[in-house]
Amino acid sequence: MTTAALAPTRELKNHVSLIDTVRQSLTMARRGLLKIKRTPEQLFDVTLQPIIFTLLFTYIFGGAISGDVASYLPYFIPGILVQTVITTSLVTGVQLREDMGKGVFDRFRSLPIARIAPLAGALLADVVRYAIATVLTFAMGILIGYRPGGGVLGVLAASVLVIGTAWALSWIFAFFGVIARTASSVQGISLLILFPLTFLSNIFVPVDTLPDWLKFIVSINPVSYLVTAARDLSNTGGVGIEVVWAILGALIVVLIFAPLTVRAYMRRT
Amino acid sequence: MTLPTLAVEATGLVKTFGDQRAVDGIDLHVTAGTVYGVLGPNGAGKTTVIRMLATLLKLDGGSARIFGHDVVKEPQIVRQLIGVTGQYASVDETLSATENLMIFARLLGYSGSAARKKSAELLEEFGLTEASRKPLKNFSGGMRRRLDLAASLLASPPLIFLDEPTTGLDPRTRLQMWDTVRRLVAGGSTVLLTTQYLDEADQLADRIAVIDLGKVVAEGTADELKASVGTSSLHVTLTNEADLDEATRALARVLGSTPVVSGVRLTAPLTDADRVADLLIDLRTAGIHLTEFSVSKPSLDEVFLALTGHGVENDDSSEDQKEIAA
Repeated sequence: MTTAALAPTRELKNHVSLIDTVRQSLTMARRGLLKIKRTPEQLFDVTLQPIIFTLLFTYIFGGAISGDVASYLPYFIPGILVQTVITTSLVTGVQLREDMGKGVFDRFRSLPIARIAPLAGALLADVVRYAIATVLTFAMGILIGYRPGGGVLGVLAASVLVIGTAWALSWIFAFFGVIARTASSVQGISLLILFPLTFLSNIFVPVDTLPDWLKFIVSINPVSYLVTAARDLSNTGGVGIEVVWAILGALIVVLIFAPLTVRAYMRRT
Repeated sequence: MTLPTLAVEATGLVKTFGDQRAVDGIDLHVTAGTVYGVLGPNGAGKTTVIRMLATLLKLDGGSARIFGHDVVKEPQIVRQLIGVTGQYASVDETLSATENLMIFARLLGYSGSAARKKSAELLEEFGLTEASRKPLKNFSGGMRRRLDLAASLLASPPLIFLDEPTTGLDPRTRLQMWDTVRRLVAGGSTVLLTTQYLDEADQLADRIAVIDLGKVVAEGTADELKASVGTSSLHVTLTNEADLDEATRALARVLGSTPVVSGVRLTAPLTDADRVADLLIDLRTAGIHLTEFSVSKPSLDEVFLALTGHGVENDDSSEDQKEIAA
């Protein structure tokens, strides 16, 4: 038969080179995209959530917080953008858990590929989901009257910053995805972290309305820095120190959680 | 590059799940270019052994080498030498057959066009070309297994693990799978397969290890194993319980071994079919009446009975569940 197995012609190596690792991760990302294409219902959350949340919270909080909806929009749209995209990154962990439970992950484990590739690929493919959520949130905002002062460039910069940070945070949820036994427990743990992280921030309300102790918590919450950075970029096009903190925070998360996740993934085998 | 003559060399393999020793000191030596069968009931530890050899499970004890490469110290080299086809098809349900193979081929380092060519070749070979663009959801169990095997062959690995390749397949698909295994070996591959079916091991394997409760209870060629069990067995059911002692003696005398008695049913190994006539005449002469008389080929049950002193426990739960949880 044509698959006649002879001695392998390639050189046997016990490690995977960096170039191969990147290539394998990209192949895995392509697999993720193919899966999204084949099961578009996976995109329900990233299409409906930005539309519903943006509308809902704008009209509920707008009057109470800023006097009227129009003046709440510049404050709120970048905030809800962060909230929506980070929530989407939680789904990455849940789906990774589901995916890993399937037989196909056994094959990935038995292939001579970099251990990080299946994880990195899945996380990379999900950038598409964050991008969809971002576009829809801004589109929704503009539809109900938001006019970003930062212009196209400012909005683009804010989008890239938020998507990048969400990708970094998705490593946290991927870690839960790898260590948890079921997809629903991933969702459970992740929500416990996500709720305080997003609500104890400046997403919905200005910080000076809060009692002092809460003000302190909000001021040390990394999400607040991201929100402020995204607000500055989209509303004025200005690059504040918060942008640096947001990027630095994202980097630290990746540096801690990517190795942790890969280690946990390898231990499962 | 020439490969060592031993494809698998495992010594004292141990795997524990909680306080259960799923694999309890197993030695395996598989010569390159042969088919090696691991025969055992559900829960015997077959899948666990394969998963350990395939670098999918950690070893709790012992050591294993694939073509001389240690599975613990050189896992990435081992992965370049093996193909694994699991009990549950390890392919992507939502993707098509072509997409599945393309992804695996790309991961293995094929360029785009080479991956396409190799995938098409394998699909053709496994009779899946027609269905290659459809999502696997519509595939039958047999088609899934074939695709799974095709995926394992992408890199032309010199050693292929097949974990219960025909369990759950209809007889025709089962024969196709057997043909495929034979072709693989004719092409120079080494195959290590697990099975619950004695006839499958008999048909395919050059050597067989019978395992039970995590231990190898017998090892040898199919003929050697059968010789130890008796090629067939004879069952006699008596009409009258009072005849039991006399019938037992008659069977022992004519067949040369003491029958196993359960109620009024006697079972004894039958090495020489010609003796059956003698036995029937003896029973008639002694006035012993029978309600049933049959001769059957040895089943896995009987191999087990002979080798372990206990029957096959039809308990397929414990090991599999623990493995999934692990």
